[in-house]
Amino acid sequence: MAWLVVRLAISVSLLYTASAVFEDQVGKFDWRQQFIGKVRFALFDTHSQASKKLLVATDKNVFASLNSRTGDLFWRHVDNTGPEGHIDALLMYGQDAVVVVGNGRLLRSWETTVGGLKWETVLDTGSFQAAALVGVQDHVKYVAVLKKSAISLHDLSSGSQIWVENLPDSDSVQYQTIYSGGDGLVFVFGVVPNSHIVIVEYKIEDGEIMNKKSVEAAWMSSLESSCTVISSGILLCVDQITQSLYTLLLQSAEQTEMRQIHLQTLDLEVASGFQPVLTSAQPNPAQPPLSEFFLQLSPDHHILLQLKDGLIVPLRDFNPSYLAAFATSGERTVAAVMSPKNDTACSINLFSADTGRRHLDTTIIYHMDPNGGKPNRLYVHAFLKKDDSVGYRVMVQTEDLTLTFLQQPGRVVWMREEALADVVTMEMVDLPFTGTQAELEGEFGKKAAIQDGLLPMVLKRLSSQFILLQAWLAHLWKLFYDARKPRSSVKNEVSIDTLSRDEFNLQKMMVMVTASGKLFGIDSKSGTILWKQYLENIQPNSVFKLIVQRTTAHFPHPPQCTLLIKNKDTGIGNLYVFNPIFGKKSQISVPALPRPVLQTLLLPVIDQDYAKVLLLIDDQYKVTAFPSTKNVLQQLQDTASSIFFYLVDTSQGKLSGFRLRKDLSTELIWEVVIPTEVQKIVAVKGKRANEHVHSQGRVMGDRSVLYKYLNPNLLAVITESTDTHQERSFVGIFLIDGVTGRIVHEAVQRKARGPVHFVHSENWVVYVYWNSKFRRNEFSVLELFEGAELYNSTVFSSLDRPHPPQVLQQSYIFPAPISTLEATLTEKGITSRHLLVGLPSGNILSLPKMFLDPRRPEVVSEQSREENLIPYAPEMPIREEWFINYNQTVSRVRGIHTAPSGLESTCLVVAYGLDIYQTRVFPSKQFDVLKDDYDYVLISSVLFGLFFATMISKRLAEVKLLNRAWR
Amino acid sequence: MATIRVLSLILSVLSGVTLLWTQSGECNNGRRSGDAVDTDFSGFSVPLEHSFEVDDVPRFRLRGALQFRGGRENGVYLSQNQLSEKERSTLKDVAAVDGLYRIRVPRVSLQVDRQTERQSEGYLTTFVRACSLVESHLSDFITLHTDVSGSIIGISIVTVPGSCRGIEVEDEVDLEVFNTTISVVAPVTAPPPETAPYIERMEQEMEKKGKNPQEQKSFFAKYWMYIVPLVLFLMMSGAQDQSGGGAGGGAANGGGR
Repeated sequence: MAWLVVRLAISVSLLYTASAVFEDQVGKFDWRQQFIGKVRFALFDTHSQASKKLLVATDKNVFASLNSRTGDLFWRHVDNTGPEGHIDALLMYGQDAVVVVGNGRLLRSWETTVGGLKWETVLDTGSFQAAALVGVQDHVKYVAVLKKSAISLHDLSSGSQIWVENLPDSDSVQYQTIYSGGDGLVFVFGVVPNSHIVIVEYKIEDGEIMNKKSVEAAWMSSLESSCTVISSGILLCVDQITQSLYTLLLQSAEQTEMRQIHLQTLDLEVASGFQPVLTSAQPNPAQPPLSEFFLQLSPDHHILLQLKDGLIVPLRDFNPSYLAAFATSGERTVAAVMSPKNDTACSINLFSADTGRRHLDTTIIYHMDPNGGKPNRLYVHAFLKKDDSVGYRVMVQTEDLTLTFLQQPGRVVWMREEALADVVTMEMVDLPFTGTQAELEGEFGKKAAIQDGLLPMVLKRLSSQFILLQAWLAHLWKLFYDARKPRSSVKNEVSIDTLSRDEFNLQKMMVMVTASGKLFGIDSKSGTILWKQYLENIQPNSVFKLIVQRTTAHFPHPPQCTLLIKNKDTGIGNLYVFNPIFGKKSQISVPALPRPVLQTLLLPVIDQDYAKVLLLIDDQYKVTAFPSTKNVLQQLQDTASSIFFYLVDTSQGKLSGFRLRKDLSTELIWEVVIPTEVQKIVAVKGKRANEHVHSQGRVMGDRSVLYKYLNPNLLAVITESTDTHQERSFVGIFLIDGVTGRIVHEAVQRKARGPVHFVHSENWVVYVYWNSKFRRNEFSVLELFEGAELYNSTVFSSLDRPHPPQVLQQSYIFPAPISTLEATLTEKGITSRHLLVGLPSGNILSLPKMFLDPRRPEVVSEQSREENLIPYAPEMPIREEWFINYNQTVSRVRGIHTAPSGLESTCLVVAYGLDIYQTRVFPSKQFDVLKDDYDYVLISSVLFGLFFATMISKRLAEVKLLNRAWR
Repeated sequence: MATIRVLSLILSVLSGVTLLWTQSGECNNGRRSGDAVDTDFSGFSVPLEHSFEVDDVPRFRLRGALQFRGGRENGVYLSQNQLSEKERSTLKDVAAVDGLYRIRVPRVSLQVDRQTERQSEGYLTTFVRACSLVESHLSDFITLHTDVSGSIIGISIVTVPGSCRGIEVEDEVDLEVFNTTISVVAPVTAPPPETAPYIERMEQEMEKKGKNPQEQKSFFAKYWMYIVPLVLFLMMSGAQDQSGGGAGGGAANGGGR
């Protein structure tokens, strides 16, 4: 018996060991793109002239180094999500980059060449305010960190704390900024809003307070946004209300109030409602900053000013100008200013900081993407050329999170689409046919057939066949031509014009929607971005739903995707209709949605242009149809009594079902209320509409059939208990029929807690929960069967299926945490299913559904062996060969999208999170594809050999027969 | 030993097949409309209402009363009235236009100790096609679903058979009394990973191995009686060849290798 178990286990394990990728297959049909997110800090390594490093810290808590020549990542560190890993400040000096992480929790120093951690110090508690490098006698030795109530000084080479001092009166004074000019002192600036400024002077050696003074400033509310230090220790502030600049000499004892300089005296005025911004430059932390500074007066007006002998002199007025930044190379500091040139382009020019004079031949033309956003950040890398003039490159960040790196005279060196670091939802759309294929399709179009007679149809047929022949010959010629060329020179450039469906429909268009409101069309084969479209005015808390209304199958009608953008708070939505292949906005008129949208429903009903009908249900349970042509409304009227939909109100725990009426109003037909005092609904999932189930049942060991309960209207509702005590908490699973509201199954997983990830497909639900008693992740699988005979084998109707299904359930221990869960999907559903499990480690595990089968027997019997059931083992195995992305880990995987291809064996997989990874999986191996190393020579020689052998033996037999006849 | 194995087998089957656990299903059918509804129960009763209108606007009327017995065994008992002449004809009319037959119960908790907070606002509704109810001759199955705390969260009604084939029904005979089976379904407890039986099974196998001396012995210990004579025979024959010499011996030697 035991032997059998072992043997079976071995044979099963052997079956699956070969599912990994071979070494030579790496990168053949998979690709990964790594992203960083929205850049918050970017510093160029100016340490050496040849350095290519660009250090960035982003809002995704990523600290990375980019190659400024190519835009590739040198290295990347992904910290924890949320405030714990938030990067507060990034400072760089020489080879060291100092980072403050987690609201002043940690101070880290990184070696910038390889990205190794040099040291890390845990800082005292307190919310972070500012950090600065502190230099003494032209050498930067320390880093000062200002917290809400304390200041600490750390050694730059070791991280050890030199001293920490409490700030005086920290409960009443808000300390906000810090300054050091390399003269042995650290200044801390605090403010009591609308009263006065407090300036505390610390000695670097021991943290002794050298001086403390308070200066009257009744107009000031915040230091951070309106003040800066310029020249040799002069605090400069700007105020919008009084339209004035204020200066204060830091180290003079006699000046007790700030000197006011009216902007009017300089002929300047701040635009109303605009908070003016001061920008100064301190090229070396061990030396005082420059006496020149930028003052931004309105969103597109900057002015370069200079403080000279206590007087402020305008050097150059930049009107209009979008962005301005200082940059230093060696001893020279320059200012780069971006000004609009025309509607589609901006010009960036370089000016010397001390005079405001324009450097000759330094213009960079920046072409704005018409489908993108406006530039909002400018980072300048200045360097000295051989002839001692200053050259520069710029990195522009736009509203749609595109990073563009430009060099003179406007050449785009590289571009990064950082919006892709936050993909919200996606779809995969088939590519269109080529012109010839489309021609053939058009010929068989319904409209054509009705219009034309018999003879034109024949002619049309012949002509299209001829075109096909021509295309085939051209293809052959190209193959022959390419074969003669060396392999490296043959390039498969993908562009939007050459896009066409391949033989097995393995190449698709990935339509990705990102949180910033930028849409992308990406070629699934190569990962090339083929189109992008930035939707402006997207609220940051929007919810997106992407719906494919018309696929590419209906030539000459273009494919059509609809994006529902919904404000999370108000629920008000609007529709954006576009062509998923070219990314162009469709001209179709979109219904206005004045009321909050509760639910959307894509019907299989199609209009005369083959677009599926989308129903939108608002908060008064009124239905809007899109498209709403006469034809559609007629069809809806005819089928209204069989259109049902459900709504979920998680705040009241209410699930309700509605039926459509002929006048597009709705009626409530069922209601299920799960009391919120006990448990709350966390997720509701139906089945995927494009899912096919090939086999109706499972053949058992005794040759009888166990029929699956395949209810397409079934909803899986997951609840979590409000009681979070580890003994009493539970996870509830409800299987509810979406048409009748009948609770098909109701189960409670005791001592369990969320987050719950689950997949609902075919006749099964797989969910993952946290076992709070044993502190581990567990998988549970529910399978529904009708039993040994079907109630009605021809059609399934929720209204006519009186017998409840048999429910089988089994649970397993999963020895790893889980980020996301998805199931593979194939064209016809013949291929066995795998579950794709996204792990926080970045791996994607392809787990055979066979292991998640509630019929796995405890005790092996003859029949279970016949059925190929694996004996039950409580722990789910994780094998490294099952990681479909080998070492190409996907950071912070948030979702996995699966799509069928034209090959039944193949399923396309896209995992997205911080990175995007695309690959193909073969759950039942490539049973419909010949292997790469298939021996064509052998099989053809055998065939030919056999053929000739038969010919010869036939001839011989004939001769023999003849001879016998003569005898 | 054998009984333990059988027991564990039964246990495993029971835990593997989580059947819907239904509670008692009593019903009362042939009750005359004039009879008073029993009220001498220690439990409590909840009205069951139904609605079937030709214009499809729900107007709920009392269909019967659900009697719950208190205590741990939540027995449920449905006493219901006959359909009147007028109701029967309405039901037939509704069935003819493919209307809906709706039922509803108020949201209550079946837990006795929560009687004070038993009644919460709102109803739980469901429906069945009126034609299928007519064609099944008013034989329906009503199921009340409760959550872990015993509150009713949903109600479902199915008729057997559930299809609408357009069969003509004699109203007097078949549409007078409901033939109802009522049940209360509480959530089943989903099985956790079964480590204990698995370990037990493993231990049993180990034990069995230990008890069976045949399996524990090594290959040599098991088959020494065959190996030793063979080796001896080969050695003997080799020695004979050595002493005998000659070409035949050489050949035998070669074959022996």
